[in-house]
Amino acid sequence: MSQSYDRGLVEDFGRWREFTAGMWAWIFHKFTGWVLVGYLFTHIAVLSTALQSPDAYTTTIQSLESLLVVRILEVGLLAVAVFHILNGLRLLFVDLGVGLESQDKSFYASLVLTGAIVVASVPTFLAGVFG
Amino acid sequence: MSTQLPDQVEEESTETDAEPTAAPQERRLASKRDRAGEADRRRQAEEADKALDDDTYHLKVFRYDPEIAGKKEPRFDDFHVPFEKGMTVLDALMYARDTYDSSLTFRHSCRQAVCGSDAMFVNGQQRLCCKTQLSDLEAPVRIEPLPHAEVVKDLVVDMQHFYDQMEAVEPYFQTNDYPDGELEEQRQTPENREKVKMSTRCIWCGACMSSCNVAAGDNEYLGPAAINKAYRFTMDEREGEEMKQQRLKILEQEHGVWRCQTQFSCTEVCPKDIPLTEHIQEIKREAVKNNLKFW
Repeated sequence: MSQSYDRGLVEDFGRWREFTAGMWAWIFHKFTGWVLVGYLFTHIAVLSTALQSPDAYTTTIQSLESLLVVRILEVGLLAVAVFHILNGLRLLFVDLGVGLESQDKSFYASLVLTGAIVVASVPTFLAGVFG
Repeated sequence: MSTQLPDQVEEESTETDAEPTAAPQERRLASKRDRAGEADRRRQAEEADKALDDDTYHLKVFRYDPEIAGKKEPRFDDFHVPFEKGMTVLDALMYARDTYDSSLTFRHSCRQAVCGSDAMFVNGQQRLCCKTQLSDLEAPVRIEPLPHAEVVKDLVVDMQHFYDQMEAVEPYFQTNDYPDGELEEQRQTPENREKVKMSTRCIWCGACMSSCNVAAGDNEYLGPAAINKAYRFTMDEREGEEMKQQRLKILEQEHGVWRCQTQFSCTEVCPKDIPLTEHIQEIKREAVKNNLKFW
């Protein structure tokens, strides 16, 4: 709809404090989706070093994994992927018309579950990087 | 107490209104009326001030008037309205208009959530003012016109686009599937009535359309209200199979049901508690079932 004057960001994302569960789920799903698409390209770039020689791939992976930043990014990637999967399941149920009245609860559940899985994975992901 | 920000503008406009070609008697009468009105207003304001000590609600109301130079810049006016038990946001607005500033403009009619004319943006959510209790809101209560619609004046927005979308789905019963006998009634089963029951409650207030992020970015999107209206007739068995196909053809277009991204904003704000997202999703499934053939 057109505007007689510019209300600026106030009209959408300036209202983020007032967003409800469904809106947050949508924003997070979009965001995680784009992050995963971005990761896909770096993933292909790293994997394609194996085209040169097996050694090149090994050294690339080893040097990457020795960086703390990469380990932390990996935890972030896990969080993003897990949320995207869980919210994707939620959206599947929404599409099937099952349990629409508890869509907000399922969003919170997917958030909590994501948090739990990420916390549980931290020891595995950060193992050896400080050693 | 007065909340009229551009005072001199008010005076100017009253002067220019009263001055030209008024006969002396008329002018005297006018000034008498003015004085009476003023006394009346002063008394009301005093009463209001007295009440202010007791229990008042602080309203912050959006003001904008493109026709008056001093009011072109959008701003918020503060009103302190004495609270009464059971007072709705609409009651408070009417009190503010009648007591403090008669130029405060907003739509209202039935005051009982039937006409759908007073949907506004109250404390960050689209609500029907006559159905929203002041006591449920946190003070100060911020009242703004519906987002994503052109503001005509103060709290009044242009609803034309919304009505266009509503009409695009042919929001009326039509059928060519008549019963056999000439005087036979077109009967609906209780189950079918139950299925469309919630969707018939729509009062065309436009709250859902205003809350929809997708509709805001896509002018051609039908919007939740229009799809709900279409649902009401698509699911009505009395319209017959042929009419259902025709309705689905409208709905499954590019800017029809498939624009919905299930943010649940519309369902969240609907003052009549219509499960809008559920209806949109059901139309989506209908459309898929209609087009997918496995043989």
